[in-house]
Amino acid sequence: MSNEPVSNLQRDLDSGEFVVTAEIGPPKGTNIAPVIHEAEEFLKGKVSAVNVTDIQTAVMRGSSMVGAKLLFDAGIEPVLQMVTRDRNRLALQSDLLAAHIFGIRNVLCLTGDHVTMGDHPQAMPVYDLDSVSLLDAMCKLEAGTDLGADMKGKANELDGVPTFFKGCCVTPCADEVDPQVIKLEKKVEAGAQFVQTQAVYEPKVFETFMKKVEHIKVPILVGIVMLKTAGMAKYMNRGVPGVVVPDAIIQRMTDCEKPDREKVSIEICGELVSTMKDMCQGAHLMTLGWDHCVPGIIQAAGLA
Amino acid sequence: MIVAERKPMDEIFQMLAGCKKVLVLGCGGCVTVCLTGGERQAEMLASQLNLAAKAKGEAMQVDFDSITRQCEKEFFDNLSEAPADYDAVLSIACGAGVGYMSEQFPKVTVLPGMNTTHLAANVALGIWEEYCRGCGDCMLAWTGGVCPIAKCSKSLVNGTCGGTDKGKCEVNPEMNCGWLMIYERLKELDRLDEYRTMRPLRDHRTDRGNGVRRLVLAEMTEEEAGDE
Ligand code: SF4
Ligand code: SF4
Repeated sequence: MSNEPVSNLQRDLDSGEFVVTAEIGPPKGTNIAPVIHEAEEFLKGKVSAVNVTDIQTAVMRGSSMVGAKLLFDAGIEPVLQMVTRDRNRLALQSDLLAAHIFGIRNVLCLTGDHVTMGDHPQAMPVYDLDSVSLLDAMCKLEAGTDLGADMKGKANELDGVPTFFKGCCVTPCADEVDPQVIKLEKKVEAGAQFVQTQAVYEPKVFETFMKKVEHIKVPILVGIVMLKTAGMAKYMNRGVPGVVVPDAIIQRMTDCEKPDREKVSIEICGELVSTMKDMCQGAHLMTLGWDHCVPGIIQAAGLA
Repeated sequence: MIVAERKPMDEIFQMLAGCKKVLVLGCGGCVTVCLTGGERQAEMLASQLNLAAKAKGEAMQVDFDSITRQCEKEFFDNLSEAPADYDAVLSIACGAGVGYMSEQFPKVTVLPGMNTTHLAANVALGIWEEYCRGCGDCMLAWTGGVCPIAKCSKSLVNGTCGGTDKGKCEVNPEMNCGWLMIYERLKELDRLDEYRTMRPLRDHRTDRGNGVRRLVLAEMTEEEAGDE
């Protein structure tokens, strides 16, 4: 495989500059135009690429594929998120081909929250592949074959071969980080070329994590999840595995007046990014629908 | 062993609607061991049903019986009454027993009194926990004896997902994370390389993707053919 970057995200990360990515989620329903318009207004030209979540938290909504395609058409580079919860290896490979045909190159592989966490808890959890084997499947497709084989055991050949920039996730603040580190090593071995992390609110813990993964030579973008209220921060502490929001941050959210919340939240995100900027290769901003805050966070982080 | 739990009374009553004469049939196998479908439970269920029918003013007579196993033909010879004398047999064996009995008595309505759930070990008094899901391709050799299929909510084979927290699984804070258990066991056994190794894709044909599974012991089937 040549070392030519296959996407702008890859090029930006290769260049060594500090890279910022953002994230959008398709709505529950067909009304996706406002999401794309917001991305055009607030994200285009401000970030290297924009992730599109894949039925996030197992709550049914429009597909990441459609979001990514519409971003692409609007001139915004997408990162297609793919979870292994809902589709088996046939459907995942088929969608990977579709993604390439649509011009989508960046793909982030995730296992995906369990169906029981979402709004269709009775659904069949698939998990035919996991994040590691999905990365491996992508490498196989890039090499011109798929996961299957013919009657003689020879790998099936593709008519037209896709290329991807392959990403994965890790939880740096997990209470038991060693098994996470081993899993990350496996993902990189399976082909991961970049990492976007789960939310980090503790720069010290992140620093320790980054020391532990020093030997892993792929760029890591620290995950920043915007806090909208103190209540949300407390919820994350209770309900989101491997995410710890320190009391000091919760206090800042509690102390501010309602109209100032957004401003304070932008400040917190900006500070987090600027504190961790030298520890990693980029930041992944998850604003949960508040795309309009992204330029402010970039500025507050001293990146603009 | 196989674990099965009694269906809710309402559902059982619905199934039995219109029946005048019912046999509750227990099984002496696994469901006797887990105290849900043996002779004693058959007797109790029959008397509950008789009482409930009386309270509702319905003329339903419910008898009970139990045999050694409902998943083997010869034991049906030990039934005290002919199943055909009943409008329905409510079997409280596992699903295999219900299905097999139904096949043996084509003219009899055999109804399931239980929901068959899992393959378990008796981990504490009154607790039977799942340990295996019969995937047909056992991986315990490289998971420190902890089943990734049964003990991980996502049946992952390559390590913990991001949902593990303080040793628990994202699906249920009461439940241990199977992959953390595997990690701890392998660490203890000094075999963490097993965790590091990338696993081949699962072949779901051994699981449930290739139709009905059977165990065929060639020596025995040939012997029987020779006897004829
Ligand atoms: S790996 Fe398969 S056969 Fe082995 S214990 Fe688990 S489910 Fe059972
Ligand atoms: S938290 Fe652990 S047991 Fe639960 S799905 Fe993830 S790896 Fe499996």
